[in-house]
Amino acid sequence: MGLSYRSTGLSAVDSGLWIQKRKESDRVIALAGNPNVGKSTIFNGLTGMNQHTGNWPGKTVSCAQGYFEWEQKGYIFVDIPGTYSLLAHSAEEEVARNFICFQDPDGVVVVCDATCLERNLNLVLQIMEITGRVIVCVNLMDEAARKGLSVDLKKLEERLQVPVVGTIGQKTESRHELAKALAFFENRDAKAPLTLRYSEPVEKALAQLEPVVALAVKGKMNSRFVALRLLDPDESLFSELKAYLGEDLFNNPLIQKALWDAKETLKQAGISRTDLRDQIVSSLVTTAERYCEGVVTVQKEGGAKRDRKIDRFLTGRKTGYPVMLLLLLLIFWLTISGANLPSSLLSKGLFWIEGRLSELFYALGAPNWLHDVCVLGIYRVLSWVVSAMLPPMAIFFPLFTLLEDVGYLPRVAYNLDHAFQRCHACGKQSLSMCMGFGCNAAGVVGARIIDSPRERLIAILTNNFVPCNGRFPTIISILTMFFVAAGSGIFSTLWSALLLTGVIILGIFFTFLVSAFLSKTLLKGEASSFTLELPPYRRPQVGKIIVRSLLDRTLFVLGRAVAVAAPAGLLIWILANVSVGGDTLLSHIAAFLDPFAQLLGLDGVILIAFLLGLPANEIVLPLIIMAYLADGSLTEMESIWEMKALFVANGWTAVTAINVILFSLFHWPCSTTLITIYKETKSVKWTLLSFFLPTGIGMLCCACINGVAGFFQ
Amino acid sequence: MKKNYSLNDLKPGEKAIVSSLLSTGSIRRRLLDMGLIENTVVECVGKSPAGDPAAFLVRGAVIALRSDDSQNILIRERDALWG
Repeated sequence: MGLSYRSTGLSAVDSGLWIQKRKESDRVIALAGNPNVGKSTIFNGLTGMNQHTGNWPGKTVSCAQGYFEWEQKGYIFVDIPGTYSLLAHSAEEEVARNFICFQDPDGVVVVCDATCLERNLNLVLQIMEITGRVIVCVNLMDEAARKGLSVDLKKLEERLQVPVVGTIGQKTESRHELAKALAFFENRDAKAPLTLRYSEPVEKALAQLEPVVALAVKGKMNSRFVALRLLDPDESLFSELKAYLGEDLFNNPLIQKALWDAKETLKQAGISRTDLRDQIVSSLVTTAERYCEGVVTVQKEGGAKRDRKIDRFLTGRKTGYPVMLLLLLLIFWLTISGANLPSSLLSKGLFWIEGRLSELFYALGAPNWLHDVCVLGIYRVLSWVVSAMLPPMAIFFPLFTLLEDVGYLPRVAYNLDHAFQRCHACGKQSLSMCMGFGCNAAGVVGARIIDSPRERLIAILTNNFVPCNGRFPTIISILTMFFVAAGSGIFSTLWSALLLTGVIILGIFFTFLVSAFLSKTLLKGEASSFTLELPPYRRPQVGKIIVRSLLDRTLFVLGRAVAVAAPAGLLIWILANVSVGGDTLLSHIAAFLDPFAQLLGLDGVILIAFLLGLPANEIVLPLIIMAYLADGSLTEMESIWEMKALFVANGWTAVTAINVILFSLFHWPCSTTLITIYKETKSVKWTLLSFFLPTGIGMLCCACINGVAGFFQ
Repeated sequence: MKKNYSLNDLKPGEKAIVSSLLSTGSIRRRLLDMGLIENTVVECVGKSPAGDPAAFLVRGAVIALRSDDSQNILIRERDALWG
């Protein structure tokens, strides 16, 4: 779950990459590699940035850049998405391929996983076919040693004829080794692109085609690479190529002629397009195998046995699902029980400050309205948001990051794939769903890891069915208020956690339901194929997790909430205090919305709060409280039970509480998510659907429950 | 007549050698990319709780495949004794 400063919120909206050089002599270096080989860790180490790291394939879905200085030379590192191949299958792989092919970087550092070097070399060789300016960074050397593998880097370097550096992602010495190797990029012609030999007919066809291609690309690209691709054309590659060269190669008469000849050569030799493809890939795989022979040696057998044992437990027939549920419950329980005390302390502290702020305003002789706007409006909403959100987030995020770091998330996708398959969707949707727990906008971007456009769209449209972190506090507070007996004993927190788990499961259930529905109607289609790597389990870096998830996720998400809460607090204060015709604006609007809201078992105020909460769901509950307080005489609220008293005084029943929770789970995505959906789908239609689909379901659920409840009353 | 075994027939712990790939299109490319070419040794290392997908060890990496895809990967020398 790539939830970091740059992947959550508006920054999740990937608006293309703009390389920012600080000085002309800066070198642009692409950081490439298979998914999940620790590229982001190396990137962060070099550039000191907070690209979020996690242990699952496909976490980096767009390019990030960072600056690195070594011996007075500046390097701009671009962290491109992990790919297995440059012949793109999915949107993220296309991003990677286009960068290496068309941004003409001064060099490419290819990060490999020492524990499965052979497969990683496949990508190294593909990149070396395009450019010779490659440094191979064999990462996770510690992991390999633990598995009883030894890697002969010298031998690999001799065979590849480019620098090979062995690294352990988070170690400083490794970084220095890599930095020293960067000198290789000083000479742009140090090494020619790699030439792989194919069967005789293919070589003959290439010989017919390559000279004319060389004339057309004028040294801007490796002509052998382009010639090979012309024989097995890929639409998206060639539209990029057309833009890059300013010429459509297929319209070039010389090339047309040569291509026809070359295809004739292949046809006569009985080589179909599939044969050609197979030959291209097989030649890469066998070359990788040859290069690896004698480079990787097994020192002791059974290194991976431990992983298989863990897998038998975490993905076993009897244990897989229960363990998943228990882990979910455990995380929620730790979050709820751990957050109780700090939340109430924080809220006490912040209200104490409110009192001092008031005194300050009076002492300065500020007018009453100014005091009310700033303290009772803006400050009060802010303190609600902070005290309700900070403690649970500070516990939830590190716990989740822990699971991510260990490598559990791909196992969730593996466990749940069957259910998604039944819905004609992709198991990787569970990964974007998990990201959604943190931030739905990040989840929507995360859906890029899904190859099939149809299945990706399903993942995008259903992401909002899991509550993001902004909605957790609302749901937890209301659950606790109305359905948990007073007291903070272990049973009451456990009960809250159970209820919350139930709500989440309901959300997941609807994810399946809606995915299946979309697959049968608007997005008709069969489940496509599915390949997912299950990475080795890794020892989590606990200290780092805590620091990163606190600084990166918690404070950032909180900052966003605060930024939205301040103006919203102001707005609701104005609405509650400006009167027209004897009544406040708030009560006018509430009265207007009330009849409809009552149908849903809500009230006008709640609906206003949800509407104003469009920029950030975090502020819904504080807005409801503000609005109720504006008319009442209660000014201080130190515990959740006083909050409950306020709600009950405003006509809430258990049914209202259920409906608010349901509506919080199923309503429109926040504005950031909507913008992200638009950017990802480039379609108003799908964006509108993503708005109305959950809203419609939420309203339907609420109306049903309200109707049924009314029947029994 | 001898039955053609596919990767889908492997039980956890069993190993075999890939003899041919029947898949077409982008999945074929993807499987080849992952190193599943002819003569590659593959081991089934487990099944998911629902029995599908299953996990396979290919060239040092563990890859999950659905049965719809794994039944298009034909194998030979399926042999539990060597596993």
